[in-house]
Amino acid sequence: MSEKDIIVSFSEVQKSYDGVSLVVKNLNLDIQRGEFLTMLGPSGSGKTTCLMMLAGFETATHGEIYLNGRPINNVPPHKRGIGMVFQNYALFPHMTVAENLAFPLQVRGMSKAEQEQKVKRALEMVELGAFGNRRPAQLSGGQQQRVAVARALVFEPELVLMDEPLGALDKQLREQMQFEIKHIHENLGVSVVYVTHDQSEALTMSDRIAVFNDGIIQQLSGPDDLYEDPQNSFVAQFIGENNKLEGKVTHVNGSLCDVELDDGTKLKADKVNVNGVGDRTTLSLRPERIEFEPQGLENIVKGRIEELIYLGDHIRVRMDVAGNREFVVKVRNRGQKRELAVGQMVDIGWAADDCKALDFVQ
Amino acid sequence: MTDTTANGAPVLTTQDGTPLKVSLARALRREKMRSLVLIAPLLIFILISFLAPIADMLFRSVENRIVADTLPQTVAALSAWDASSGELPGEDVYAALHDDLVIAAEEKTHTRLGSRLNYELSGMSSLFRKTGRRVDRMDEGNYKEQFIDIDKDWGDVETWLFLKRYSPKYTPGYFLNAVDAEYGVEGIKMKPEDERIYLYLFWRTMFLSMLITGSCLLLGYPVAFLLANLPLRYSNLLMILVLLPFWTSLLVRTSAWKVLLQQQGVINDTLVWLGVVDDLNRLVMINNQTGTIIAMTHILLPFMILPLYSVMRTISPSYVRAAKSLGATDWTAFWRVYFPQTIPGIGAGAILVFILSIGYYITPELVGGTDGIFISNRIAYHISSSLNWGLAAALGVILLSLVLLLFYVYDKIVGIDNVKLG
Repeated sequence: MSEKDIIVSFSEVQKSYDGVSLVVKNLNLDIQRGEFLTMLGPSGSGKTTCLMMLAGFETATHGEIYLNGRPINNVPPHKRGIGMVFQNYALFPHMTVAENLAFPLQVRGMSKAEQEQKVKRALEMVELGAFGNRRPAQLSGGQQQRVAVARALVFEPELVLMDEPLGALDKQLREQMQFEIKHIHENLGVSVVYVTHDQSEALTMSDRIAVFNDGIIQQLSGPDDLYEDPQNSFVAQFIGENNKLEGKVTHVNGSLCDVELDDGTKLKADKVNVNGVGDRTTLSLRPERIEFEPQGLENIVKGRIEELIYLGDHIRVRMDVAGNREFVVKVRNRGQKRELAVGQMVDIGWAADDCKALDFVQ
Repeated sequence: MTDTTANGAPVLTTQDGTPLKVSLARALRREKMRSLVLIAPLLIFILISFLAPIADMLFRSVENRIVADTLPQTVAALSAWDASSGELPGEDVYAALHDDLVIAAEEKTHTRLGSRLNYELSGMSSLFRKTGRRVDRMDEGNYKEQFIDIDKDWGDVETWLFLKRYSPKYTPGYFLNAVDAEYGVEGIKMKPEDERIYLYLFWRTMFLSMLITGSCLLLGYPVAFLLANLPLRYSNLLMILVLLPFWTSLLVRTSAWKVLLQQQGVINDTLVWLGVVDDLNRLVMINNQTGTIIAMTHILLPFMILPLYSVMRTISPSYVRAAKSLGATDWTAFWRVYFPQTIPGIGAGAILVFILSIGYYITPELVGGTDGIFISNRIAYHISSSLNWGLAAALGVILLSLVLLLFYVYDKIVGIDNVKLG
């Protein structure tokens, strides 16, 4: 990757609002040109602050942010040329849709004809060609959202920031808009930095995801790696569903390790984030990786079925396994009747690779 | 329940067959009655203590029963008199006047009539007083000569023309006075230049009110912006400072301005001490228009700030951020995006301040001197000093209609729906 391909670079950025605590702790992050990067994390994790620093509405307390290799800490927002989509769209209520779109072109001193042409093209891009003369208040939530996206793109910025843009939409519309934004990104080739707390949104849309917690990037990788290979307990817990088992490492064998759970059960796990023998560890296990007919698997344990929930395409089985009563197994509904009943003791098993030995969190 | 009738049109009815609309109206009526009962005490109180007196007061601007009540026979006799003939009325009219005045002098109502008519034509008060004193000593017959003997005005056609003009029960006289007009020989005409006062006073009231509204807006807008955008800790403190004047008596505040603005006052002393102003040429800032403008701007400022603040508070900071991210400078973002969204607040504040100031009385009275007073001071004068309530009422009606007219114009231009008080 050459220097030229990096559009944004955070270098040792720190941010504090009160001078007592850090909201962003030593952030180093390179964003590649044309990339769709999502900052994902719970509220208060520092992701929105990072976005606001990039947009220029907050100043970094320490460190430097580079845009196209140029430090921008002292560049005011309006000179950064970064498009932005806000959480509540921030469409100007006193202007029509077309005037909203023409606004960034007007302040750039573009000719009337050019403005009209670009506004028309942007409206067509988001399939709202006939809505130019409406006021934002006359549009539905989804339409307003599209106008906001079109407005952030109409002046052809290289970089677009989106701050939880789909938060106000209902589930169905949100999913549809996820694809639309994704397609616009693919078609235009702009770089997008997207902030959300919704992990499924992040997985659907992103090239790379930066998981934030406590002011630190916990993991930066593609959606599949994030799910398959979480680097620590927080990521495992935050992305997707996850079973936790706690124990102590008894033996290390290359990339694998043996773990003894607190109730004495011995398991084999993938050694990801433990140092060595004697460490406390949290084992992370995805519910759909657990088998009810465990043949040829490294880990086989007995569990008691506590609850069965029928969900159509799969059945959620809540079990008591090794003292964890919240242990969940997802069984795919293959059509045949399965002899599962509450109170039954059954053997379950999983591969050592699917069981990640991660850092221990109290 | 839907009931399809014979002709096929579906008529919505309730279970027992009453049409749905009737039933709904009945159900809502009870709620309406309940809310009416709740507001009834206030409504009745306002009706009795506020609306009725105002209506009565306004009615006085045209009421003129006193002539017909005091001189009933004269008015009846005068109706037969041809005013355009240029001749004095006949003996019957003088006889009627004698009979009327005898009764009036006994009841002492003739002096009231005199002072009423004196509003329109000076000399009338003394004419009636003089005549009233001697009317019971008149001999029977030949009243015409005796009256002219008492005062030669009774032999003047003008006097009779005047009496005839003011004999109807309703008169536009007060209104004519209120707009500096009067009856002339050839109908209604403007008063001589040097007697005109009210039109100029109306104009000054409007002009100063606009000036005060403008300076309130200029001073209040930044304060309201700060109030809406500062962190809560500071904005609460600022809000207290804005509201502080409400907790201080109006008189105290106005008097404080007297202390500050007078020629030997704090501001002048400071300016002289600084050498900005010469000791012999101290600024005259009070008892003139400057004093009125300064004091009233200060007093009415909260009424501009509060509506502005309540509107600005609802404007999300993301609008300005969005504008800046789209490439607008601070000024463009403010002017094109923020300012237009505050117009409802400006409208509300401006209306409030303008209407309050157009009828303001105490402050101009105290700091206005002669050229800084408003029409309301004149109204107060006629109510309490000259006792010409009819003229006061007429001035009040004109002031009220001016305000309503402005309201209408404002509604046409800005739209009353755009006004937001919070």
